[in-house]
Amino acid sequence: MTQQGVRWSADQVLALAPDAASRKAGSKLGAAGPWSGAGSCEEGTVWGLCKGSGSKPYQTIVDIADPAGPAYKCSCPSRKFPCKHALGLLLLWAGEDDSVPAVRQPPDWAEQWIAGRRRRAEDKRPADGGSSPAAADPEGARRRAEKRAARVTAGATELEQRLSDLLRGGLAAAEQAGYGLWEETAARMVDAQAPGLAARVRELGAIPGSGPGWPVRLLEECALLHLLVQGWLRRDRLPAGLAATVRSRVGLPAPADGPPVRDRWLVLAQYDTADAKLTTRRIWLHGADSGRTALLLSYGAAGRAPELALPVGLALEAELSAYPGAGQHRAALGERFAAPAPLSTRPPGVPTAQAVARYGEALREDPWLDSVPVTLARVVPVRDGDSWQLADAEGESALPLAPAARSGPGLWRLAALSGGAPVTVFGECGHRGFTPLTAWPQTAGEAVPLC
Amino acid sequence: MSTWEDLVTTALLGTDRRPPATGGPGRDAPAALLDEAAVATVRRRAGLRPAPAEPRPEPAAEDLRPALPAAAARRLAMLLSDRPGIAAGSRRGTSPDLMELLPQWLAAANARGFAAPPQTLPALLDAARGRTDLRPAALAFAGPRALWLARLNQDWRFALRAAPGGGADLPGPEDTDAIQRLWQEGLFAERVALLAALRARAPEAARELLAGTWATERAEDRLMFLDSLRSGLAAGDEPFLEQALSDRSRNVRTTAAELLSALPGSALAGRMAARAGSCVAVDHTGDGPAIAVEAPPECDPGMERDGVVAKPPAGRGERSWWLGQLVEATPLSTWPARLGGRTPGEIVALPVADGWQGELHAAWCRAAVRQRDAEWARALLGVPAAPEAGGPGAVSLAERAKLLGTLEGPERAGWVAGFIAAHGLSEAFQLLGVCAVPWSASLGRSVVDALNIARDAGSYPWSFSGVMGLAERCLDPAEAGRLDALLAVPDEREDASPGAGGYWAEAFQRLVTTLRLRAAMLTELNPPAP
Repeated sequence: MTQQGVRWSADQVLALAPDAASRKAGSKLGAAGPWSGAGSCEEGTVWGLCKGSGSKPYQTIVDIADPAGPAYKCSCPSRKFPCKHALGLLLLWAGEDDSVPAVRQPPDWAEQWIAGRRRRAEDKRPADGGSSPAAADPEGARRRAEKRAARVTAGATELEQRLSDLLRGGLAAAEQAGYGLWEETAARMVDAQAPGLAARVRELGAIPGSGPGWPVRLLEECALLHLLVQGWLRRDRLPAGLAATVRSRVGLPAPADGPPVRDRWLVLAQYDTADAKLTTRRIWLHGADSGRTALLLSYGAAGRAPELALPVGLALEAELSAYPGAGQHRAALGERFAAPAPLSTRPPGVPTAQAVARYGEALREDPWLDSVPVTLARVVPVRDGDSWQLADAEGESALPLAPAARSGPGLWRLAALSGGAPVTVFGECGHRGFTPLTAWPQTAGEAVPLC
Repeated sequence: MSTWEDLVTTALLGTDRRPPATGGPGRDAPAALLDEAAVATVRRRAGLRPAPAEPRPEPAAEDLRPALPAAAARRLAMLLSDRPGIAAGSRRGTSPDLMELLPQWLAAANARGFAAPPQTLPALLDAARGRTDLRPAALAFAGPRALWLARLNQDWRFALRAAPGGGADLPGPEDTDAIQRLWQEGLFAERVALLAALRARAPEAARELLAGTWATERAEDRLMFLDSLRSGLAAGDEPFLEQALSDRSRNVRTTAAELLSALPGSALAGRMAARAGSCVAVDHTGDGPAIAVEAPPECDPGMERDGVVAKPPAGRGERSWWLGQLVEATPLSTWPARLGGRTPGEIVALPVADGWQGELHAAWCRAAVRQRDAEWARALLGVPAAPEAGGPGAVSLAERAKLLGTLEGPERAGWVAGFIAAHGLSEAFQLLGVCAVPWSASLGRSVVDALNIARDAGSYPWSFSGVMGLAERCLDPAEAGRLDALLAVPDEREDASPGAGGYWAEAFQRLVTTLRLRAAMLTELNPPAP
């Protein structure tokens, strides 16, 4: 059940690139010149020989049909993944000219690799049915969980104490204390195995330097952290859904054990955020049939792209399982049934008033939520002094853009796409404002990524 | 219940200093404060309301051109994503320089009348902002929506200046009141745009508009306005220009004189012809006819009024300096009659006495360029294969390139092809730059042959990187097939530079890749027949 008939667009190929340099290098190789012996076969494999600086050309193969995502193989020494040759080859293939003809039989060197992959895939499949190691020792797992909960409780109690000290002395004093205090507290939370608390504490440290109005923001975040700690300490008395939310916010791992939902999941947006240690990739999906919105997270070491890459505008037929916790969108990608293929469906949109209402309702289940995914229908980007807002084309309501979204190429692409006319915009709507991620023109047309 | 402001104040000062309103002082005060703040925070967030909408912008004018074919749209995105500077310093290798292909792509898309995909406009405007040479084509392609967008972003203000009409629509040629108002009250840039636009449609009206306020304009503005008369220059402009010869500003006077001398029938041209004629004559006293030159003895006030600059630049004799200016401003058509009925070719062939040849021929070159006289240009260029055409002859390469500009396209390409065939590529860069793109078959072939010869001579390809770059952009893509033989790495000969063969193969590889890419680009822009 492959979709080899549908070729990807260049944007979708370039979305696979691990970084900007690879994107540039790959697009230069996306022309017939250095390639020879290129071809693609029914099963969805693309291959070619790319002339490099050496005498022997590099052998590049990409398996795009694998439902688990594209797989790459290249004889070049690059440690980028995928390398520029794989990207160039896919671009060449995406270009739909005759340089990558459809061939019945791949050459031997490509055939070997493909056959090896298929064999390994089949070897792996039966193993998946086996029981997980945790289930083998339920008593041990329970003991470990208890031990960890005790450490988190100790950390949470310590954090509560620090918050009390802070409020007793006043936030104004915290401004002078600087970042070090927070770093140290965050490290203590890491020791207490509560990474969720650690991340929140670290963010507190950045607030005093974030410009006018910081005391309000610092008090808000301190209060929410206090709320989370209190929630953790009294988790036994919380409803099950909220207790799960608290556990996930504190940073306890939990398997995605929701019932698998099979759907055609349309990729709405994909964007990366990076800190010193980690690149986090967020991928928003919209179920074409179920109407659900789901979030996939994928991580990569600092400076490297996360492995999962799903280009905007494609849809994948797959199963998703939700992570536990009320009001959470995060899900895990389960079995994929086909390679991603373009889908022209758009998520249904709502007016701006309904978007903020949705955020308000979501807070009932997860008061720590910063934003919710929303698609706005028929909104116009409007300049508002130095800032921007998305205003309903009909009506008098508007959502201000979040501070981070008020400049940059994405904003201008949105403005250009609109040209003063209504557009459909998908993004994150929260207390900081609206962050547009993808837009569709009023008339028929492809999704335009804004992030 | 405290107000939110109360809570923030208490938190800032600390509960020790300012006990919260509820809960009382003591150990639990901070927890009570945080409890209250948490409730307030979630309540505030849950109760968010949309903001009142600002006035909606006027929608951009509709772009009625057809949309780009999908493949061409992808190509454009790729060309625009290739920003110089990301991998600066790295060797180019075999891959094409995409940014250099953008001008061609834009020209081809404009010729076919396609509309730009709206989401590419920011990248297009950014590209045009960085490269002024791209601006006209990029803005034409970007269309009305780009102007709409440029009004929202300071960085793109150049688009409003460059576009005819700029921010406000220019009044039509018949709307004289609006024209007068804009001319009287507009900003300088708006007035220049108005004058240029009006000059293109109604040259007479534009001149009259300028003449009306001429006396009150500032000197530097006068210079800019006068310059806009260059387009559509006609005999009717003479009285106005003649009057500008007595302008207070020297730069204005010089420009007026230059414009007048480009009008062969003007009184100034006649006066210059009389002056130059008295300096240059055929001398029959020697072995054969020769040209004798008697440079003007002084620069009188009349000459100065006609734009002759009296003071020569450092290092030049003042009499030869004056002579050059006189000959340059003299209509070339006066010379055959003055020099015994000879044709331009015969005149150029005449020996010139006393070492005046350089000065005289250079002045004729400038005159041929200024008056766009193809016959004289042809005579001054001479035969491309002639030995002096390659060496430091009377006519410099820069002048040659300008002279070539007066010839028709095929003749220009033919001359350059002949030049390259005879003299190789080392001097050809400037000349190739004036040839029409794509190069004609004969020109392309002579460039490729010359590159091949250069390779066999054992030099490195980067000695020819300028010509290579031009060839990548200008060679007819259809020629790609003929280059295949050059792609192989030849066996290294003893006298060749080490490794040169491999670098040449790489350079030719890039050339062929680029040509293929250009061919693909053009195919993508041709929509499939219905």
